Amino acid sequence: MLQSRSMFQKIWDNHTVTKDEHSGEVLLFVDRLILTDTSSFHAFDHLRAEGYKVRHPKKIFGEPDHFAASRGPTLADIADDERRELVSALGENCAEFGLTHFGLSDPRMGISHVVAPEQGITLPGLFLLCGDSHTSTHGALGALAFGIGGQTGHIMATQCIWQRPLKNMRVSVEGVRAPGVAAKDVILAIINRLGPAGGFGHVVEYAGAAIRAMSVEERLTVCNMSIEAGARSGMIAPDDTTIAYVKGRPWAPKDAEWDKAVAYWKTLPSDADARFDHELTLDAATLSPMVSWGNTAADVVPVTGRVPDPANEPNADRRRSMERALDYMGLKAGAALQDMAVDQVFIGSCTNGRIEDLRAAAAVVTGQGKGRKAKIPALVVPGSGLVKAQAEREGLHRIFIDAGFTWGHPGCSMCVGTNGDTVAAGKRCVSTSNRNFVGRQGAGSRTHLASPATAAASALTGRVTDVRDFMQGGL
Amino acid sequence: MQPFTVLTAIAAPYDRLNVDTDQILPARFLLKRRTDPQYPTYLFRDLRLTADGSENTDFVLNHPAYRAAKIFVGNANFGGGSSREAAAIAFDRYGFRCVIAVNFGDIFYNNCVKNGILPVRLPEATTAALRNQLHTKPGSTLTVNLPAQTVTDAEGKQHAFDIDGFSKSCLIEGASQIDLTLRRLDVIEAFEQRYAATMSWADVR
Ligand code: SF4
Repeated sequence: MLQSRSMFQKIWDNHTVTKDEHSGEVLLFVDRLILTDTSSFHAFDHLRAEGYKVRHPKKIFGEPDHFAASRGPTLADIADDERRELVSALGENCAEFGLTHFGLSDPRMGISHVVAPEQGITLPGLFLLCGDSHTSTHGALGALAFGIGGQTGHIMATQCIWQRPLKNMRVSVEGVRAPGVAAKDVILAIINRLGPAGGFGHVVEYAGAAIRAMSVEERLTVCNMSIEAGARSGMIAPDDTTIAYVKGRPWAPKDAEWDKAVAYWKTLPSDADARFDHELTLDAATLSPMVSWGNTAADVVPVTGRVPDPANEPNADRRRSMERALDYMGLKAGAALQDMAVDQVFIGSCTNGRIEDLRAAAAVVTGQGKGRKAKIPALVVPGSGLVKAQAEREGLHRIFIDAGFTWGHPGCSMCVGTNGDTVAAGKRCVSTSNRNFVGRQGAGSRTHLASPATAAASALTGRVTDVRDFMQGGL
Repeated sequence: MQPFTVLTAIAAPYDRLNVDTDQILPARFLLKRRTDPQYPTYLFRDLRLTADGSENTDFVLNHPAYRAAKIFVGNANFGGGSSREAAAIAFDRYGFRCVIAVNFGDIFYNNCVKNGILPVRLPEATTAALRNQLHTKPGSTLTVNLPAQTVTDAEGKQHAFDIDGFSKSCLIEGASQIDLTLRRLDVIEAFEQRYAATMSWADVR
């Protein structure tokens, strides 16, 4: 009898090539590697200098995203020569080594973590890697996926990676979400419970009725932020929702291979008695729209809540870091988050730049927000070219533009500011991205993480807004 | 990669705790290619130069006696913070071949090995003694013997250090991790055949 295993363990075992007895590290076979514009040029230089070949060029995908300009779709729109050179270098490197590349002018271009699931490059049961830390996103389809920093050259040359075994945690979200509570609010609440390092060394499996009830896009939002709790990765067992999402996508298996794949995917969910190193359970019904106040994604409170008082924090290190965060964010202990004035809004990123996110934001503008105009600069950047095209077919861009929002070209944009879209020093931004670190959206920027609906409502009022007030016809 | 066996070279002492990768290589140089001739000047850029661009005479690498140093002796928690490989590349391009510290950020440690730099962990008291000798007699040399896993200090005293077998053989042979993995090509190919048979749907056509 096979020992009962978690989904993570099943995928790990299925990709184990060999184990090094000295180091205890395992050599794993990699199904897909994604290269972005920031993280791959050292690897290509290394391959060329040492004369290595790329072992499986078809399993590798180049997707420029960090430097893509939101003001326009061409190389000429990019902020400066250095970044322009890196974006074109990615394309040239992919061409030289025979890798698939979704360049700026390709209608499928966009943020790698949006594009790969959309294209069916991400599939259940696969082991997928990318230099970027938010690769955990792809686990939403039941893949094992994480960011790997500087090891892309090794993977290109060997199609394998050495890894130490990881621990396994399960976070179960039971119950039903109340209206106005988005997937983003669920993951922010989870990170708040785990703390910014609570997932360290773990792969987190999200389970429970509230997760099962989510669409694949919502699950992508949840898994995306696993890293903000310090976890290596997040994953969700594939089910009928996943299979329906994957079917027919360009890189998904077809015909007999499809049937084979589906049969395999059904064996993936964790066995009923699988053991987890840690377990956490939350009740979705108790959750509210969340807004962050500090400089980690764990620093969140319900939108109706108040900035916590460091004086109540018994741990001295933690107290000091809270004080530093309040100072940086320009906040006072005990202040209400709701109705605090905001300078700008960003809607987009690999966390919340998908079509359902844009629909949720647009619904606020056309619903109770109808007739209102954005009171502050608000930038909406679709996560990919296909998301942008779909949104424009649905007329969402018109809704945003008519309400005074700026409608941008796809890319990471203001999530990290490396394309030149930044938040000025001391300015406050409600953002649907995933990181509120010091200086993340630009030197001195003050980021408040929130859902797309919260961000859209805040743009219309110029204040941190409880989207449920909009829904109940308030304001 | 240049093999690393035995190195006798001038060593530069640096006492600061928690030197993170942002201090080693400030983020604004992340986009630089390793072939950039200016790369050596990016190492510790903001510590080496003052705001007006002149050399900070207090910084160890600006001291004439340490200019030819190939060994760097730091303190505890060296190279933590952001995962940038460029921090190790900057040490390499500057001409360092060995970094000694009490302990290292994991990713920085691996990136050193990957770039042919030997990272040596020595106890706190030992690294403090080494730095003390180097401060007292600037320009002193240390001998680092990787096969024997020892550091001989300026007074002739030997200190043993630990290193995992994989990193050790990479460095001694001047082989990259890729070379070592490719030596197991037969195992990888056998895996790929098995995998292709059962997981054919996972392939990309
Ligand atoms: S959108 Fe933000 S978090 Fe996502 S890949 Fe881009 S920079 Fe990273």
